Amino acid sequence: MATEGLVRPRLKPAPRAPLAPQQAIDAFARRHRYRWWEALPWAAAIAAYVLFPSYLPLGAQILATILFALSADLVLGYAGIVTLGHAAFFGTGAYTAGILAVHGWGEPITGLLAGTATAALIGFVSGWIVLRTTGLTLLMQTLVVATLLYEAANKASWLTGGDDGLQGMEVWPIFGQFRFDMFGRTGYLYCLAVLFLCWLFARHIVYSPFGRSLTGIRENVRRMHAIGAPVRRRRLIIYTIAAGLAGTAGALIAQTTGFVGLSFLNLERSGGVLIMLIIGGVGRLYGAFIGVPLYMIAQNRFSEIEPVYWYFWIGLLMVLVVVFARGGILGLSERLRR
Amino acid sequence: MTIETRAVETPAIETPAIRTPAAANGLALETRGLCKSFGALTVADQINFRLERGARQALIGPNGAGKTTFVELVTGGLRPSAGQIVIDGADVTDLPQAVRVKRGLARTFQITALFRRLTTLENVTLAIAERDGVAGGLIRPAGRHNRVIEEAFALLETLGLADDALRPVSALAYGRQRLVEIAVALGLSPKVLLLDEPAAGVPSGESGLIIEVIERLPPDIAVLIIEHDMDLVFRLARRITVLVQGRILVEGPPDAIAADPQVRQVYLGEREHGRGGR
Repeated sequence: MATEGLVRPRLKPAPRAPLAPQQAIDAFARRHRYRWWEALPWAAAIAAYVLFPSYLPLGAQILATILFALSADLVLGYAGIVTLGHAAFFGTGAYTAGILAVHGWGEPITGLLAGTATAALIGFVSGWIVLRTTGLTLLMQTLVVATLLYEAANKASWLTGGDDGLQGMEVWPIFGQFRFDMFGRTGYLYCLAVLFLCWLFARHIVYSPFGRSLTGIRENVRRMHAIGAPVRRRRLIIYTIAAGLAGTAGALIAQTTGFVGLSFLNLERSGGVLIMLIIGGVGRLYGAFIGVPLYMIAQNRFSEIEPVYWYFWIGLLMVLVVVFARGGILGLSERLRR
Repeated sequence: MTIETRAVETPAIETPAIRTPAAANGLALETRGLCKSFGALTVADQINFRLERGARQALIGPNGAGKTTFVELVTGGLRPSAGQIVIDGADVTDLPQAVRVKRGLARTFQITALFRRLTTLENVTLAIAERDGVAGGLIRPAGRHNRVIEEAFALLETLGLADDALRPVSALAYGRQRLVEIAVALGLSPKVLLLDEPAAGVPSGESGLIIEVIERLPPDIAVLIIEHDMDLVFRLARRITVLVQGRILVEGPPDAIAADPQVRQVYLGEREHGRGGR
């Protein structure tokens, strides 16, 4: 008698029509389709090319830094790996492309690929070691890797130029056709094209089963272990991929500015990219596209108005984001839409 | 009588792709002389535990008896100091957790451990994709793995969770989150299912829902319930193992356990103690 209620499944009368399997499948399939607003960053980038011809060198740096931040987002926002050493890969890519160009191989595409590959290799090797740990220990170890590379680059001045940086890079025209001009037009479009391809790649990863399992690792690593996921291998794969993309970003900046220095490897670089990402929004794939331009344009403006105190304004911006806009600007806009 | 009616009215939950048993002795899970000590503290002491195929068994014991340690040893979270763990006839003592899962061992957590910001459907999808070995795929988008999604949805339907499929788990009532715990484990099509306090933290009004789901689990899955709630244990278990201070004190059918003077003394006598077996 008392068990009577348990005999039947306790389904309350559904307030709405019950979900059909097809609806569930559709909801999943909708996610990886392109949405109209995903065209916005690209439209803005092309508009900027037309509207601000005198700012194209800055624009190229912004585009490359977006790629750097995007790679950090894959590691931090998707796999939940907290890193303070992402500049290690950025710098590796930059030095690789730079050293090639100084020593007589200025072909940009292969230089870029070499930078990507070297950075991915460093990412794989260091990741294989540091990803055994998590949390603060991992944070410190990523920092250590970047610091070791920094000091190595500092010591090996015969190769890297040490403190003075790498000088005398000669980058050939792209496809033997498009010369890097002094107005930065070629550089801008080059960065834009590379960023676009890398974004397509990153987007594909994020929506693949592999990318979803990374989200699972971020959300609950214990459960991922409990469902039999090879957590360490997945982390290492994304760490390697992201290192490669960071290397691409570094190589882009090296080739378009014609300079690589120790600052490409320092803590400020690692921390700065995280700040830009956090301002835009972590784990959303588009945070980099908002945070980086905002930060770098603000930095550019503030440093002109107040050359000494511009960091104050960046700091203030950061405080505002943390207090009022957790999840960055994208997080804020998501909340406002609801 | 009631049991029969129940079997007729609510058919067992079906999980596809259950592998056919291979071993001869009929044991889904066995530990032989399992020991674990941290320095001078022994938390598992010569545990010889057997769980038969299709069993409905409970592991009970007072606080600090070593229940959670036992679960961690079996699932691979901890390495034993001595002894063996055998799943379905194969020694897995030296195998990592992920491989044990592939061999058919699934567990749920005492404190809900779900992907909170993901939808209920995706929680189960991740498990099924992992079981099918497609979770590392980089080529086809996750949204095109229709077979995985359909199976996940069908599983949610049998658990009465279909209407919550597209809601984030964190938006569900706690009792329903506990069901998702079980759903994720079932998505792995396990042979052995360890339920670590399945009704922990659930208001008593909702625990019937969980009991009902456990009763409807596929008969060929061996279920081990690690539990504090005596009502739940005596309703669900056909066999009970009592663990005290890292040792098996006694094992037997529920009425024998309830009548055992030793058990009454160490366990049932001191009824009101805190939760958790850590």
